[in-house]
Amino acid sequence: MKIAIASGKGGTGKTTLSTNLAAYISETISNDSNGQVVLVDLDVEEPNSGLFIKGDILKDEYKYRATPVWDSNKCTLCGECKTICNFNAIAQLPNTILIFSELCHSCFACSELCPEQALPMVDKRMGVLKHYQQAGNLPNNDKLTFIESRLDIGEISAVPLIKQTIEYVEDNFSDEIIKIFDSPPGTSCPVIETIKDADFVILVTEPTPFGLHDLKLAVETVKELGREFAIVINRYGIGDNGVEQYCLENNIQIIGKIPNMRQAASLYSQGELLYDKIPAIKEQLVLIYQAINRINR
Amino acid sequence: MKNKEIVVISGKGGTGKTSVTASLAFLAGNEAVIADCDVDAADMHLLLMPDLAHSEEFFSGQTASINNALCTNCGLCQSICRFKAISNSNDNYVINKIDCEGCGYCARICPSGAIKMEDSHTGSLHISNSRMNNTLVHAELQIAAENSGKLVTKVRQEAKRIAKETNTEYIIIDGSPGIGCPVVASITGTSFVVIVTEPTVSGYHDLSRISELVKKFNIKMGCVINKSDLNTQLTYQIKEFLISNNIELLTELPYDNVFTKAITAGKTVVEYATKSVIETNLAKCWDKIKIGVQ
Ligand code: SF4
Ligand code: SF4
Repeated sequence: MKIAIASGKGGTGKTTLSTNLAAYISETISNDSNGQVVLVDLDVEEPNSGLFIKGDILKDEYKYRATPVWDSNKCTLCGECKTICNFNAIAQLPNTILIFSELCHSCFACSELCPEQALPMVDKRMGVLKHYQQAGNLPNNDKLTFIESRLDIGEISAVPLIKQTIEYVEDNFSDEIIKIFDSPPGTSCPVIETIKDADFVILVTEPTPFGLHDLKLAVETVKELGREFAIVINRYGIGDNGVEQYCLENNIQIIGKIPNMRQAASLYSQGELLYDKIPAIKEQLVLIYQAINRINR
Repeated sequence: MKNKEIVVISGKGGTGKTSVTASLAFLAGNEAVIADCDVDAADMHLLLMPDLAHSEEFFSGQTASINNALCTNCGLCQSICRFKAISNSNDNYVINKIDCEGCGYCARICPSGAIKMEDSHTGSLHISNSRMNNTLVHAELQIAAENSGKLVTKVRQEAKRIAKETNTEYIIIDGSPGIGCPVVASITGTSFVVIVTEPTVSGYHDLSRISELVKKFNIKMGCVINKSDLNTQLTYQIKEFLISNNIELLTELPYDNVFTKAITAGKTVVEYATKSVIETNLAKCWDKIKIGVQ
């Protein structure tokens, strides 16, 4: 089961919920010999889950995407490739073909349609994926696996790396295993890539006008993608009741309300998990996990 | 007069970037044109109350569509699409608009000319008078559209054009999150980058990643440490980081629920918390930025 934790606006507590929920679930299934939960940080531009969940590294691999490379010996300077590329990634100068690999979407059109086979596709590094076993800062916890991908600085598109990370997770873990995807913020491509195949989306928001405004966009997005979803309000108690009213009017389920507490902010600042130290937060995770189990059945 | 573009970024959200930017917009008044380039989560209008004086639609990129009357079901398009955007249901080939990246490969090779590329509507752009006596250029990205940075670039171009026409010295930009295309589009060619951070392990981590990116562009940087009393030890570490990376410390702000209260009241924090240390520090911060961009 794939659960994507997303939010329109950044900084509403996606990572807090993802890490605490994953750790809490791993603890509750600790007596189940087949139990397993996988936390995947897909916010590849700014991966933060790893600051809260530590573990032993099992695998560490570079991820690549294919971009064309110009072979001057074969090229006849016909100019086809420049016309073909829809992303302006290819420019033609009097004696050269220039390739702007950061604009390339790896569609292979230029490479496969070049009459002289002068544009072979070559792998270019875009980031690194890390797979941790026995993650979790809790004693005797071998139920939690953590995977994160990190985009190289200077790479401009997160989407190919997110795709490959999801593929890695699907190849390595069976469908029944609970997988929690910490998604990137926003409503554009990177987050779409993360939630489009999720079985359940949890949208984390804050009870403020900013939170509400971005929540509405996020709700439209998950609806457009036809995903099942529910809301968790973080920093509950601060701000106003606009979010609750909106959910009520639109028949959207709120499955958790994580209270606003300075203690939580302070523990978070140190890279600590919260649920094992703040009972009021654990109570909310219990409710959220129950809601997940209802969907899973 | 050469316009000076000041961009406020934070790596990740939640550090108070928009609160700081809106406060600077208020403090600057008609000295600045304001550009909201956080088009994924454009929130500044909630505080600046723009009048939407001028709006236009924005198109960028393309999407394929198949005319089934012309299609002979050869399946060539499906075999070459690297984005797995073409599927076959009941002998009809269809394009999944969400997966299509608009490369045009299928349209180019379809032997029966059954595939057409159409421009995609990616958002709307607005030019407004804000309640702060300045112009706000802002935009909304269409749901599920590609934020390729093109809309961000367009917002900046419009802001620049207005600043030139009205002889306005500064442009204050609310930048995009992350380190990818939209943020690159927000910071390229600006005169000063303000990074809003917080003393949390994640804030510090994002600060180091984003400042590494900004360094590649050789732009002067300044930093606002928000919630600085939340974790004094980390605040200290961040300050050391700023010194060794040649980033100016613009100001520190305390952890205070007044930020949220101001948003709830539809005000900037400098208007809401008058005569507070937050107001004083943000006013000083704006002065330092003005000196910094010279
Ligand atoms: S299509 Fe091939 S041969 Fe023609 S200009 Fe491009 S690289 Fe050269
Ligand atoms: S692979 Fe596609 S996107 Fe990349 S350069 Fe070639 S035509 Fe352009």
